Amino acid sequence: MSKQSKNPTSSDDTQIDLDAEFRKSNIKEVLDKLDRELIGLKPVKTRIRETAALLLVDRVRKQMDLSAGAPSLHMCFTGNPGTGKTTVALRMSEILHRLGYVREGHLVSVTRDDLVGQYIGHTAPKTKEVIKKAMGGVLFIDEAYYLYKPENERDYGAESIEILLQTMENNREDLVVILAGYKDRMDKFFHSNPGMRSRIAHHIDFPDYDADELVAIAKLMLAEQNYRFSPAGEEAFGKYIRLRMKMEHFANARSVRNALDRARLRQANRLFMGTKKALTKTDLMTLEPEDILASRVFLEGKPDSGSSAIPEAKEQG
Amino acid sequence: MMTNTGNLLTQGQFSFLPPLTDKQISAQLKYALKNGWAIGIEYTDDPHPRNTYWEMFGNPMFDLKDPAGILMEINSCRKTFPSHYIRVTAFNSTRGVESPTMSYIVNRPKKEPGFGLVRQEGAGRHVSYSIHSYATDKPEGERY
Repeated sequence: MSKQSKNPTSSDDTQIDLDAEFRKSNIKEVLDKLDRELIGLKPVKTRIRETAALLLVDRVRKQMDLSAGAPSLHMCFTGNPGTGKTTVALRMSEILHRLGYVREGHLVSVTRDDLVGQYIGHTAPKTKEVIKKAMGGVLFIDEAYYLYKPENERDYGAESIEILLQTMENNREDLVVILAGYKDRMDKFFHSNPGMRSRIAHHIDFPDYDADELVAIAKLMLAEQNYRFSPAGEEAFGKYIRLRMKMEHFANARSVRNALDRARLRQANRLFMGTKKALTKTDLMTLEPEDILASRVFLEGKPDSGSSAIPEAKEQG
Repeated sequence: MMTNTGNLLTQGQFSFLPPLTDKQISAQLKYALKNGWAIGIEYTDDPHPRNTYWEMFGNPMFDLKDPAGILMEINSCRKTFPSHYIRVTAFNSTRGVESPTMSYIVNRPKKEPGFGLVRQEGAGRHVSYSIHSYATDKPEGERY
């Protein structure tokens, strides 16, 4: 692949300090942040490190006049709900920006509605509009399998896929496309769109979290909102998560977030109804076991839906 | 046109310079995007200076971050109208300004016949002058 250097100043044994290059790109900062803020997700992190290494080496190679063309970085994230696909996509755009692979580093997140039109001739301009907005950054297509509806042959989704494929091929330096969705449906989608599959070099599968990881995630989420568990509260939450994981419609980190929101509600109620009216800062920050144990998961053995009638199956977004 | 040796249409910015390269156009687009101006691509085959209403090619483009998408659109306009005048305008929508802030030609026909001066004699020794584009003698679409 590599072309022999035409530049006489950089001979075959000129040395470039990879470490210095690494420091200069500030990429370590982003990777460390990724490690700190994203619990678990081992295969994902490994893949991101590999990509970062490739881009860094590519950059050094370019200084040596060894060009190899821009690598294709279109990706596909598969995994169950709430495993952090969107969060990682956002980080990805930042990493690619730091490495100089994309120019602006913004993320445009779209679904079928933003790409597919409602009548003949509506789809192409709509898709192109979105692509133009995403140029210089990352286009994130959530639940990409909805683009293709095999049961309706007059569906305009195919047209949108056609345009996407064309741009993914021709504007590789301008745009990185990330598709995301549930594993089985994504597989079916690729099966019926082999062109799409072959144009995506990186397929990354997001594993489910285990209970300890979910507790760690809960603690991170609470810290962000200036809350914390009391030691007994943390234990109660561990028990809650273990029970909740076995129930239906469990959505990993998203269920954790919802559980915490409800716990905050109960905490506020407890403080309000309680006899102790002189509250300290600690009182306002701490979630006690009773805030968690009041959940229906413990009482009735089914996922609670707060005070509203919306089941947790609706947890999406 | 004695002062315009290249016999080129001189309207908008950069019109006395050699034609802009795609890289230079990108740099100009980037400047417009940085200022948050909406960018439109327009074409015409009637380049009379009083003809301010050129046809729009596609919709004006808002909320873009990178010039690559606009350049793509410019190139597709060049492909559709290879021998028309094509210009890029940047519109500043700030309240109280609300007007185009940049406008430059990115495509021109190979041969530009230019303009003729028409004199019309009126009552007494009065003469009114107007300019007339030679190209517009032919019907629309066949001019260049």
